[in-house]
Amino acid sequence: MATLIFFLSAAALLQFFISYCRSLIAASIKQPLSAEVRDVTGIPSTAAGEDFARVIQLLDLCPERPEDRGRLRAINAYFRLLNFVSSTLARIIPALMTWTDMERGQCAYFAAVTLDRRIAFSRDMLAQQIET
Amino acid sequence: MPASIGYALWILGALLEVVVVVCALKRHSFHRYLCLNLYMLFSFVVSVIRYEVFSKFGLRSHEYLYCYYYSDAVLTIFLYLALITLYLHVFDEMKVEKYVRLAAIVLLAGTALFSYAVVQQSSQRMFTSFVYELSQNLYFVGLVLTYVLWGAILKLRETRTQLVQLVLSLGVYFSAFAATFALGNMFPNLQSVTYIAPLFGCMLPLAWAYAFVRLSPDARMVPARLAVVPR
Repeated sequence: MATLIFFLSAAALLQFFISYCRSLIAASIKQPLSAEVRDVTGIPSTAAGEDFARVIQLLDLCPERPEDRGRLRAINAYFRLLNFVSSTLARIIPALMTWTDMERGQCAYFAAVTLDRRIAFSRDMLAQQIET
Repeated sequence: MPASIGYALWILGALLEVVVVVCALKRHSFHRYLCLNLYMLFSFVVSVIRYEVFSKFGLRSHEYLYCYYYSDAVLTIFLYLALITLYLHVFDEMKVEKYVRLAAIVLLAGTALFSYAVVQQSSQRMFTSFVYELSQNLYFVGLVLTYVLWGAILKLRETRTQLVQLVLSLGVYFSAFAATFALGNMFPNLQSVTYIAPLFGCMLPLAWAYAFVRLSPDARMVPARLAVVPR
C-alpha cells in the first residue's frame, strides 16, 4: 500500500510542480522587457533556453529582492528538470524536445523579467540613498 | 543534516505561517480564504505547543512523539477542511455546497475507518500507528482531492490566478507529504525522512504568502495553458 501511495504521490508531485512553475511563468510572460535588459541579455522578444544561464549570472550581480527568491529557486529547479528531460526522455520521444525547448525559453524569459525588476529595485534604492 | 538546520527550518516554518496571515490581512484576503488563514494560525499555535513539549521533555521523549503525531493528525484534518473550502470557491456558482460538505465528511470518516482497519490487522496495534497511518492516508486523500479540484479548475475554466496558485501549491504540498510519509512507512529506519518534512512545511506558507502579496484577487489567467498534458 505504502509503495503504491509513494509512486502515485511522486507522479502527482511532478505534475503539480510543473503546473505551479508554469503558473509563475505565465504571470511574467506578458510583461515586456525594457530596452536595457534586452541589450544586456541579448534577448530580442522571445528567449531561448541557452540564455537562462547567462541571465542567472547577471541576476547574481544585482542586489536580491526577498520576494523573488522563492520563485527563482522554483524556476531554477524546473529548468534543471527540463534539462534532464531534454537529455534523456526527449531523445527517445522527439515531440518532447520541442516542448522542453519552448519551456526552457520561457524560464529564460522569466529570469529576464526578474532581472528587469531587480535593476528597477536597485535604481530605486540608489535614488533613495542619494536623497538621504 | 545537523540539528541546528532542523531547528532553523522549524522556526522559519512557524514564522512563515504568521507571515501568510499578515499578508492576507494586509491584502484584504483574510475573510475570502478564512479557512486557509485559520489553518495557518492553528499551525503556528501547534508549532508553539510542540516547542513547549520539546523544551520540557526532549526530542526523543514519548511525550514529544505523541504530541507531534497527534497534532499532525489534527493539522492534516484541518488542512483537509481548508481544501474543502477551496472546492466551495470553485463550485461557488453551481450551488452544490451541501453535497460537497457531505462528501467531505463521508470521505474523512471513511479514511479514519480504513486507517483503523489497517492498524487493527498489524501485530502491534498501537494507537500511535493509527495516527501515523491516518496522517499518511489523509495526505493521500488530500492529494487525490486536490487533483480532482485541479481537474475541475481546468474543466470549468476557472481563471482566478490567486485561487489557481493556492490550489497548485496545496497539490505540491499534499503530494510531497504523502510521498514522504509513504517513504517513512516503506523504510522505517530512514532518518532523512524526518528532516524532509520541515523543509516541505516551509514551502506551503511561502507559496501562499506569495499568492496573497503579489497576486491581485482580480488577476486572471488561462489554466489550460498550465496543464502538463495540453487541453
